[in-house]
Amino acid sequence: MENLFTVTVTVNGRQYERAIEPRLLLSDFLRHELGLTGTHVGCEHGVCGACTILFDGQPVRSCIMLAVQANGHEIQTVENLALDAKPENLHPLQVGFWEAHGLQCGFCTPGFLMTLLPFLEEHPDPSEEEIREAISGNLCRCTGYQNIVDAVKLAAGKMQETQAGPGGAA
Amino acid sequence: MKPPPFEYFAPTTIEEALDLLDEHGWDAKPLAGGQSLIPTLNFRLAQPAVLVDLNNISDLFYVRPGINGSVRIGAMARHSQVERDALIAERVPLVHEAIPLIAHAQIRNRGTFGGSLAHNDPAAELPAVTLALDGRLRVRSLSRERWVPAGEFFLGLFATALEPDELLVEVEVPALPPRSGWAIREMARRPGDFALLGVTAVITLDDENECQAARLVFFSTGGEDPTDARQAAEVLIGEAPTPDVIRATAETAASEDIDPTGDIHASAEYRRHLAKVLACQALEQALERVTTGALY
Ligand SMILES: Cc1cc2nc3c(=O)[nH]c(=O)nc-3n(C[C@H](O)[C@H](O)[C@H](O)COP(=O)(O)OP(=O)(O)OC[C@H]3O[C@@H](n4cnc5c(N)ncnc54)[C@H](O)[C@@H]3O)c2cc1C
Ligand code: FES
Ligand code: FES
Repeated sequence: MENLFTVTVTVNGRQYERAIEPRLLLSDFLRHELGLTGTHVGCEHGVCGACTILFDGQPVRSCIMLAVQANGHEIQTVENLALDAKPENLHPLQVGFWEAHGLQCGFCTPGFLMTLLPFLEEHPDPSEEEIREAISGNLCRCTGYQNIVDAVKLAAGKMQETQAGPGGAA
Repeated sequence: MKPPPFEYFAPTTIEEALDLLDEHGWDAKPLAGGQSLIPTLNFRLAQPAVLVDLNNISDLFYVRPGINGSVRIGAMARHSQVERDALIAERVPLVHEAIPLIAHAQIRNRGTFGGSLAHNDPAAELPAVTLALDGRLRVRSLSRERWVPAGEFFLGLFATALEPDELLVEVEVPALPPRSGWAIREMARRPGDFALLGVTAVITLDDENECQAARLVFFSTGGEDPTDARQAAEVLIGEAPTPDVIRATAETAASEDIDPTGDIHASAEYRRHLAKVLACQALEQALERVTTGALY
């Protein structure tokens, strides 16, 4: 069925234009059309949080949005956190995860990071309870969450020190 | 897991959306926050031929003061918007308290008030709350507009009074009378998960401190929720709400009004137990709020 829509979407500060089918999920658009495979796909029905991105600055599940709905909107993905692959250019949130062992296999990590970025901006000094509530919509099969909670605390301190991180997203 | 093909329209006015629904009827589905509909499409549990996306209709995203202390909520007001709205917190604090129980922040950023009511998931908080508060729903089609009381809108499992060519456009939630108290209680495995069982209570006392009006509405009992526990309310109305009366009310609700079923997460027996305990807690808190006048 020839039923294509042309969409213009700003992702990580760059504008993309693509002709897509309306049934294309936003997560698949990012991964397959734009090659931004940092956004992971776990469950595809809104339960695991791996596909979390920022849509006009707010965390949402990209697997339960259509790519056509992003037309004219602004998206940030995990690729926007670090300036480049050099360890010294990671975002303080990523450094926190690295130093506190907030990840093992890393599958869930992009979703956690994109959930936590706006959370830490709103709650620069969160309590453990607030952190646990904030990540309640993200599943991790490896860490048991304890190290993730520690990583968030560490990252919160680092973000306050650096204010804006080296990456474009902070 | 990919949605089946469909035709997609993104109207910018209510009239355009109604035109599309009129034309496509049963084949079409409105797309609100998509937080229930898109998973359904991904699983291919539904295959609508046409999606009418409501996200570009700016006239549907609002929270406004209504007459006599009521609040009017546009169908597309997102959960996160309602959660932060000062008017909601002030005028209909039960709604304010219910919203954070819905899913996770990422989902509340997309999910909508109208979508929740139109979907009428038996485990959802907002149909129960809207029913307990006696809200009214404004429904439009191309040729007519009608107001449906919440009591006539929710018709059982995922079923509502909406016709295929109709759009839910607004919900009006009245303010509670003076000397009223309210509460919502639920048990979920993690914050944000659908409740294993939940209940909301609204009570009003008269000058003699006797219960003048009472509403106890259950959700996620495993039956056709929201369930208005009328027999329980009868136990309470006209009585002084002593601990004994409250216990009797909760027991009646758990044994007479609801008909729980079991699933892998909770047995029917456990649900009945939860119903009693949570109803007691909700009634106690509602009562406390009447007598102390404290909102939170
Ligand atoms: C992981 C997860 C957890 C969740 N947990 C909870 C929870 O704990 N409690 C809870 O209540 N909900 C929960 N939800 C559901 C969420 O609240 C949804 O947002 C809500 O049920 C539906 O709202 P929506 O705006 O996303 O509607 P959609 O998914 O867009 O639509 C739902 C249905 O309603 C119809 N519809 C929508 N708007 C209108 C309208 N204005 N007029 C006519 N028909 C309309 C659609 O055609 C569709 O059939 C959860 C969802 C997920 C993915
Ligand atoms: S892949 Fe989107 S929530 Fe799991
Ligand atoms: S690190 Fe493996 S799932 Fe979280």
